Amino acid sequence: MSTASAKERLLDVSRCTIRFGGLTAVSELDFAVKEGELVGLIGPNGAGKTTVFNLITGVYQPTEGAIQFNSRSLGNLKPHQITARGVARTFQNIRLFPSLSVFDNVRAAIQLHRRHGIVHALWRGGSFKQEEREVEAEALDLLKIFGLDRFRDEASKSLPYGDQRRLEIVRALATKPRLLLLDEPAAGMNPTEKAELTSLIKFVQERFRIAVLLVEHDMQVVMGICQRIAVLDYGVKIAEGTPDEIRRNPKVIEAYLGEPD
Amino acid sequence: MDRGAKRWLLAAALAVAVVSLFAGQFNRYYLGVTIDIGINIIMAVSLNLINGHTGQFSLGHAGFMAVGGYTAAKLSLLFGAQIPPGAAPIFFAVILLAGGLVAALSGLAVGVPSLRLKGDYLAIVTLGFGEIIRVIFQTTESLGGATGLTGLERYTNLAWAFVLAALTVYVVSCLVNSTYGRGFIAVHDDEVAASAMGINPTKYKVVAFVIGAFFAGIAGGLYAHHKLVLKPDGFDFMRSIEFVVMVILGGMGKTAGVILAAVILTVLPEFLRGFADYRMIIYSLLIIILMMARPQGLFAGWKTGRKQAAPTS
Repeated sequence: MSTASAKERLLDVSRCTIRFGGLTAVSELDFAVKEGELVGLIGPNGAGKTTVFNLITGVYQPTEGAIQFNSRSLGNLKPHQITARGVARTFQNIRLFPSLSVFDNVRAAIQLHRRHGIVHALWRGGSFKQEEREVEAEALDLLKIFGLDRFRDEASKSLPYGDQRRLEIVRALATKPRLLLLDEPAAGMNPTEKAELTSLIKFVQERFRIAVLLVEHDMQVVMGICQRIAVLDYGVKIAEGTPDEIRRNPKVIEAYLGEPD
Repeated sequence: MDRGAKRWLLAAALAVAVVSLFAGQFNRYYLGVTIDIGINIIMAVSLNLINGHTGQFSLGHAGFMAVGGYTAAKLSLLFGAQIPPGAAPIFFAVILLAGGLVAALSGLAVGVPSLRLKGDYLAIVTLGFGEIIRVIFQTTESLGGATGLTGLERYTNLAWAFVLAALTVYVVSCLVNSTYGRGFIAVHDDEVAASAMGINPTKYKVVAFVIGAFFAGIAGGLYAHHKLVLKPDGFDFMRSIEFVVMVILGGMGKTAGVILAAVILTVLPEFLRGFADYRMIIYSLLIIILMMARPQGLFAGWKTGRKQAAPTS
């Protein structure tokens, strides 16, 4: 399934291994995401999903193997540099900026592609004001798309849970990514919220024309929207394919439901 | 704050300049205390950028003040005599700036290696820095040793203190209220999330540290030419604590509250001179009670910023 040529691959994880002391958390993982594709990475608890996530976002460095984004290596880059390259993420346990308003959470992320620094902020000249207006408009547009503009000046932590998740996605989009990584976005959601989330992810992928890598524990969410799914178990990729192929794959069934006696 | 910030700064500076024309008629003692207030506002507001807005707990602010103070004082003792009276304000501005820059440089030297540390560890390193600085000044004979530097010219007046205090408030407020400066608060709130948004936490912390140290250095120069004597024990650990108390009392990251706290904590000890020995006990109790009753700071509730709009649904 990962037969895409090197050129088509936006994210290319090749033969990645990471060991923590004697424990091999992820072993020789081969994995790719194409431009604009919606890919799921699933696996039972402790399979190494979040570790893969942390490898891509620069929190960990792989012990062996390489990760390329847009045909350039992500090796030895810090998380903020990887975000600048076009990989944005959300967090499993929501990490908004609690002392900033909903609006300012988004504005804090927009600053990435803005050049103005200390001198502009102090002098407050025409070009500074112009840019501040642009940032404001951009943030407001984003909030409007997701129906969060009515919460504009509220404290981010006072939003309902589902809206906090949504705001985190908006904030990640504000960094203008080409690949959005979602870390278990359905965690702690009820079935209605999960259904909403599913359509939201689909919407984000189509509206912003970006690739989405969804790391998820919940099978329903992933099966519904992903074009391709990779399954991890004990740090090893045991299957990869379309949702239908994955659903029928005996190895996947075994990993999730246990071995038949 | 966003709109016409420069005009506000100008208006404040003008008001101070007019008032200081009549400063000669004030009681000398009250005038002295008022200048102390200005200097302490600079210290508290600049420390607030580090401790409050950026969330890095520094306990060495008096150390930076000492660096700036000694730099300015030494320069003024070396060259002050050759300066014609007419050029004195320019000379003073130059030595204050020199003090600020040397302090900023020492802020960079301390900040770059130690800002990888967090919380308590950073507090301990900065505390150590403050003490090292003090001991260096205490043992360097060319800087007066334990007796300190004396015979300084009285350059500092009301206008200098408050114009520079206004400038400090302006710089810190403008910085934080900008797209660039929102990064300081993001780093304060959540470093991991901030770096996931492309914000470089280390860079922001170092910038906050250097700018904070710069203004502490300027405050040191003002202090030296206000008290006319510069002694190493004036910059001990307790001094740093005083500024930290101002920031905590005012509410971390709340500039208006911190200014108010700086005023109160400058004036209060003057009224309580009879209990001066117990000041540190009172401060400690104050922090403990505050942390239990109002951890967000005494004046934090009086937010002057944008009103919270009710959801219109």
